[in-house]
Amino acid sequence: MEFFVQQLLNGLAVGGIYALVALGYTMVYGVLKLINFAHGDLFAVGAYLGLTLLVSCHLGQTLPPFFAVLLVFVLVALMVALVGYLLERVAYRPLRGAGRLSAVVSALGASIFFENALMLIYGARVFVYPDFLRPDFTVTLFGYQIPGMRLLVIAVSVVLMIALQIFMLRTKVGAAMRAVAIDQGAARLMGINVNRIISLVFLIGPGLGGAAGILVGIYYGQIDFLMGWSYGLKAFTAAILGGIGNIPGAMVGGLLLGVVEAMASAYFAVAWKDAVAFFVLILILIVRPTGFLCERTADKL
Amino acid sequence: MSSLLEVASITKIFGGLVALNEVGFTVEKGSIVGLIGPNGAGKTTVFNCITGNYVPERGDILFRGQSIKGKKPHTVVEMGIARTFQSIRLFGKLSVLENVLAGRHCRLKSGLFSSLFHTPAQRREEEEAIERCLEELKFVGLESHWEDEAGALAYGSQRLLEVARALATDPELIILDEPAGGMNDQETASLVDVIAAIRARGITVLLIEHDMRLVMRICEKLVVLEHGNLIAQGDPATVRSNPDVIEAYLGTDDGDEEY
Amino acid sequence: MNTRKVRFITGLALGIVLAVLPFFVNNYWTDVCVSIGLYALLALSLNVILGQAGIFHMGHAAFYAVGAYTTAILNTMFQWPIFWTMPLAGLAAGLVALVVARPIIHLRGDYLLIVTIGIVEIVRIALVNDIFGITGGSNGIFGISRPQAFGFRIVKSIHFYYLVWGMCGISLLLFHFLWNSRFGRALNYIKHDDIAAEGCGVDVSHYKLMAFVLGAFWAGMAGTLYSAKMLTIAPASFNFMESVIIFAVVILSGGSQLGVLVSAFLFIGLPEVMRGLTESRMLFFGLAMMLMMVWRPQGILPPLPRVYKKALARAQALAREKSE
Repeated sequence: MEFFVQQLLNGLAVGGIYALVALGYTMVYGVLKLINFAHGDLFAVGAYLGLTLLVSCHLGQTLPPFFAVLLVFVLVALMVALVGYLLERVAYRPLRGAGRLSAVVSALGASIFFENALMLIYGARVFVYPDFLRPDFTVTLFGYQIPGMRLLVIAVSVVLMIALQIFMLRTKVGAAMRAVAIDQGAARLMGINVNRIISLVFLIGPGLGGAAGILVGIYYGQIDFLMGWSYGLKAFTAAILGGIGNIPGAMVGGLLLGVVEAMASAYFAVAWKDAVAFFVLILILIVRPTGFLCERTADKL
Repeated sequence: MSSLLEVASITKIFGGLVALNEVGFTVEKGSIVGLIGPNGAGKTTVFNCITGNYVPERGDILFRGQSIKGKKPHTVVEMGIARTFQSIRLFGKLSVLENVLAGRHCRLKSGLFSSLFHTPAQRREEEEAIERCLEELKFVGLESHWEDEAGALAYGSQRLLEVARALATDPELIILDEPAGGMNDQETASLVDVIAAIRARGITVLLIEHDMRLVMRICEKLVVLEHGNLIAQGDPATVRSNPDVIEAYLGTDDGDEEY
Repeated sequence: MNTRKVRFITGLALGIVLAVLPFFVNNYWTDVCVSIGLYALLALSLNVILGQAGIFHMGHAAFYAVGAYTTAILNTMFQWPIFWTMPLAGLAAGLVALVVARPIIHLRGDYLLIVTIGIVEIVRIALVNDIFGITGGSNGIFGISRPQAFGFRIVKSIHFYYLVWGMCGISLLLFHFLWNSRFGRALNYIKHDDIAAEGCGVDVSHYKLMAFVLGAFWAGMAGTLYSAKMLTIAPASFNFMESVIIFAVVILSGGSQLGVLVSAFLFIGLPEVMRGLTESRMLFFGLAMMLMMVWRPQGILPPLPRVYKKALARAQALAREKSE
């Protein structure tokens, strides 16, 4: 039982990270119907920028760990958001009128670009996050010793997700975003500046992704330039699982995927861990072809 | 002698909302039947149940005495029911001829291998199909446009092209969903001729239409729906004097002037 | 009409250049062209699925892998001659495609895209994990023999060059026929509007599945050629990146077969030209991918409308009847 609970919490922590990255996929898909394959790499960029700020800029030494991490979170989220914004302007906006897959290829190109940029700038080796940032307290919960880090990661991702959900549902800008997702033309007629909303989505999604990058760095202690691909693909799977374009769906999909993966590698074969996500995906889509939180709308005839 | 099409008290529910409530009517071979009713009455839903796009929860649909409920749309077409769409659904980027060839598709036999290897039989079949499709274009008066992009045609012509595409499937029954929608008077007049000519070919016609003059003029039988219920059916004169119909349909402001 | 002529002449010129090219370049560049030919072959087959039928399929490398491994296993374990394994490699890939695609082929575009990515990953992981104990794990399979036909051993780069490009030529012809047929049209109807296609009497799921299986069959045969050329195959050669490149070649092509060839040269040839950049090569490759799409959002050479010579004569006859 102890083992099970630990795995469950581990799964939730990883799932929270997946969910944060998945939000970027799903938000962009919602407004542009574009799969932003470079999103995973923006997440990796976040992890590396965080490392630079902490180590090279000595933010980790000069400030108490808590404030250092907080400051790094904010700075990295802003910087990655900026990169996301530029990406949309350069690589996606010129393709808006073309077929959807042209933009997908452009996104794949951007992904390769970011990945190799990270490799060229930082090198191909694995980087270690400073471990004094890792809080190593444990919490006793229901009689189990649980690493505090695990709970913190879960807490941070849940808080960010709730904040996003409140933003989407309670603010005017959030309402505009939802309107653009439903019908761009109609939203424009209602006086919404669609381009500005799309830019904003490309700020928020990558911002959250960048924050998730730092979480990975702190949680696992190490990062590498290929992490964008592996996490990106999983997060995209999570977004699809929940029903792409659906924000709560991405959250649920991410958490579910994290837990299923943790369980699979704990009780099943570790060698098949990466395949498990896809098996689950295929099984769920056979039963529910548009993900489990997406309402099944009948085709308009 | 049973009817060509029998809709036997079908019920269709969308997430708790009853879109059709035990609707039943028949279409006799060789007739022109109009399905009318206010917006949202469930007319197109009836069509989509017949064409296999929806499966009714209860009731049955018989075509030539055989149940077609739950059959896939393409099977229904093969069995002899062709349709047009309310919101025009042409292959806009393809040529006019290719749109009609789409309708002809289900009557052709060339498969993967004869297509890959361009066999003589495949070539012969293609030629025959093209000839036939040009005839259907001529039938609706669009033969000179055969090379044009379908999406570039005028609105009325697009509706006629959908009719030609449906006719190319060799239907026994053709289902037209608001064929005069968006047409001007002149286009509507030529549509009336086309519908009459379709019947003259021995093809039965079932149509949804808002243009009351058109319906009264060409239909032998009308079926009236309101809120998913069938409220009247019979020949136009009887239906016109039915008090329920007058209240439900003719009482609305757009009905008055059209009468 | 004019565009059609220009394309024809371009195609002809490209064909002539390809026919004599190996006599003017060294072995290295011949090998590069063999590689381009393999990608062209894969992209031509993916074009049937993605370009013609509009099915979002990003997992073509999976079928390529199945074909390559079928050949490698039959050849190394059972000593089958390479060419004999080719139809089987195609069939194996086609069969896998049939089994895998059947339950998922009705999925909407983006959902299908991620599922096909998942298929590549599952196949790759299965190969790494030495599934059934016959794939050799992450090291792959060694010692594949050279192909041999009518007593002629295919060994040198130039031999492979003509083998691969000959296969491309045959594929071009067959797929051209396919495009100009009932089958090819059905795929286009589905791409443009699958509900309208179904409503016109086209069995949409059947045709989607057939397109998928045909494309996979071809990719499987391309896998045979790859095995024969490399002599050693490993799971790493069939990863997601391969799928991405094949996918990108098709999208950049615009959908015409000539476009696929040009696009394959750009995609596979360009990194070779940029070899001098060594480490930053892939950086510029990614950049080029973005720039090329921004440069030609609709692709390099979108297909021209089909020609119906018969219809022209017939329509003129109809017009004459009318005027009389």
